[in-house]
Amino acid sequence: MATLEIRDLHVSVETDGEPTEILRGVDLSIESGQTHAIMGPNGSGKSTLAYSIAGHPKYTITGGTVTLDGEDVLAMSVDERARAGLFLAMQYPVEVPGVTVSNFLRTAKTALDGEAPALRHWVKDVRTAMSDLKMDPAFAERNVNEGFSGGEKKRHEILQMELLKPKFAVLDETDSGLDVDALKIVSDGVNRVRAGGDVGVLLITHYTRILRYVRPDVVHVFVAGRVAETGGPELADELEENGYDRFVQAVAAS
Amino acid sequence: MSTPRARRTVISTPDTRQADHEAAAQVADAVDARQEHAVDHAAEAPAAVTLDSSRSPGPGYDTAAARVAEAGEAVLEASRGERPRSFDPSDFPVPTGREEVWRFTPLDRLGGLLEDAPSDEDARDVVVQAPDGVHVGVLGRGEGVRGSALVPEDRAAALADAASPTATHVRVPREVELDEPVHVSVVGRAGRRGAGHLVVEAERHSRAVVVVEHTGGGAHADALEVVVGDGAELTVVSLQLWDDDAVHLSQQEARVGRDARYRHIAVTLGGSVVRLSSTARYAGPGGDAEMLGVYFADSGQHLEHRSFADHAEPRCRSDVRYKGALQGETARTVWIGDVLIRAAAQGTETYELNRNLVLTDGARADSVPNLEIETGDIEGAGHASATGRFDDEQLFYLRSRGIPEEVARRLVVRGFFADVVQRIGVPAVTERVMTAIEAELDLAVGPVAGVAAPADAAAEPALAAAPSSAGAPAGGA
Repeated sequence: MATLEIRDLHVSVETDGEPTEILRGVDLSIESGQTHAIMGPNGSGKSTLAYSIAGHPKYTITGGTVTLDGEDVLAMSVDERARAGLFLAMQYPVEVPGVTVSNFLRTAKTALDGEAPALRHWVKDVRTAMSDLKMDPAFAERNVNEGFSGGEKKRHEILQMELLKPKFAVLDETDSGLDVDALKIVSDGVNRVRAGGDVGVLLITHYTRILRYVRPDVVHVFVAGRVAETGGPELADELEENGYDRFVQAVAAS
Repeated sequence: MSTPRARRTVISTPDTRQADHEAAAQVADAVDARQEHAVDHAAEAPAAVTLDSSRSPGPGYDTAAARVAEAGEAVLEASRGERPRSFDPSDFPVPTGREEVWRFTPLDRLGGLLEDAPSDEDARDVVVQAPDGVHVGVLGRGEGVRGSALVPEDRAAALADAASPTATHVRVPREVELDEPVHVSVVGRAGRRGAGHLVVEAERHSRAVVVVEHTGGGAHADALEVVVGDGAELTVVSLQLWDDDAVHLSQQEARVGRDARYRHIAVTLGGSVVRLSSTARYAGPGGDAEMLGVYFADSGQHLEHRSFADHAEPRCRSDVRYKGALQGETARTVWIGDVLIRAAAQGTETYELNRNLVLTDGARADSVPNLEIETGDIEGAGHASATGRFDDEQLFYLRSRGIPEEVARRLVVRGFFADVVQRIGVPAVTERVMTAIEAELDLAVGPVAGVAAPADAAAEPALAAAPSSAGAPAGGA
């Protein structure tokens, strides 16, 4: 059992030379085995939260803590966070020319485990995971994200999540830009990882659509850089009906 | 656009300045000569692009500095095709540094190679190892094919030829297909001045790989003359693995026969100053020239490559791809890529690309593609040039998967070179190049401890070529 705990997190980014505060005191705890959905309108800071947890240098932490089983995540480098068990499925995965998917996956697995994976099992694992995500085996020899369609990039992110087996996975709008078929494939992948172990999933999304396939235990409504309300799956249903207006107005009025 | 097509079009551009990671994907500028707007745009294009990190300290996360060199720094030639060629050194005055052909080269560091002085007897050892069936001999001036492909285009090459009464001659007889490369080793001696002329001749319908390896020290001027017979397939690899103090000026020029395939690969990692010109001219229709280059400059190194595809025959192809990395104070690279499509060269298909990866502050890369087109009847003509800093977004992506920074940097740099290195197609050379690049990276980021070493590139079944390798002009401006 592991716990990821975010306490009063404040984050700013530099825009036009001026620091702008994006996260204004985020409080959130998630335990392994749980799935939390973070929903919010555009610009509410959802992606900033994701990148801040992963340690992207563009974001400056100005206050608060993030701990993984008591360990200070914010003190870790980007790769140390991953080795501690954090994973970020990115909304816009980066192209890495000349580095094949298979080389990339093997290098990452080696880094996480501290030793190279046993070749036979590894090749089989990769093949199975790709097949489950309905990815052509030829994908393994393509360069990372280069020339991938939007849907292929998202599947590739979930492929990594399946193979790298993190303690906590943050999925940053993995559902955006996917058609229904691709959404189901990606959701099935997320559900396989959930069923397979003790992973905790932070599902960041703008839409309720993916929550029909990946049922969350907890739903957080994120507005103006903090959690405005937390509830069960029924909160997502309410958002489906009424949108974010109630929450946005509440914040505006306060 | 209704501007009538000019009879002659000169494109000397690169309008590529890489400002940040987002721009990286779009920096490649491609000009398709079939398109009116591209032709039009060419008329007032700037002359060169430079990324000079020595003038812009501070590895800002989203910043990179680029400077467009001012046009008109030097007297430009009317056409690349009009550059003087001569065996007589006195036809080439001692350069001042303002000449178009010399303006990027540090003339004060050439070890006297532009002075008309004798070579040292013991300046170099040349050893040719050739498989059975290959003729190895010498050619005097005017003998055999010597002088039929290469005519010196600058003072250094003219002096090199003049200093070589006998040229080493490697001849692959007609229809002979070699299974293993011919290996020519040139070992220079420190503090000496040397010159050489090597003639490589692949007679018609032969197939061969010739590797010329330069090591050791001293100052050397070379002429490498290549004759590719009709229907022959010849790969020439020139490895510049010199010691740190070496100076090397080399003109390497091929005459490509009808339906012949010529591949030239320049790999430059060592030396204080290396200036290598690789030229392909065509002796008949249907010829194919692929010119590749890989270079890695450290502090104090000036590595300059000049490629020239001279299309004077119909239906020929040229494909030029040079990639370089720079690291350290005063590391300097230059790439000048000339392509000339003469009026008779209908149906020409040509593409040239240069990419530079600036790994640290204090380095400077110049990249100048020049495309001259004298006929509208071509298949395609594209060029791309981009010089950028290390992409921190790539680094973040890899590190977010647990890959330590130094391993991630290696992956990115190896990946940067991968498409060109894989095209080399000579396994022994590919392996050496990757090993040498690893060694260069050791200097930059330190050796990587065993745990997370990336898989061996040579073991990768098929490092896919980048999409830009399709031959079509890549990307938009």
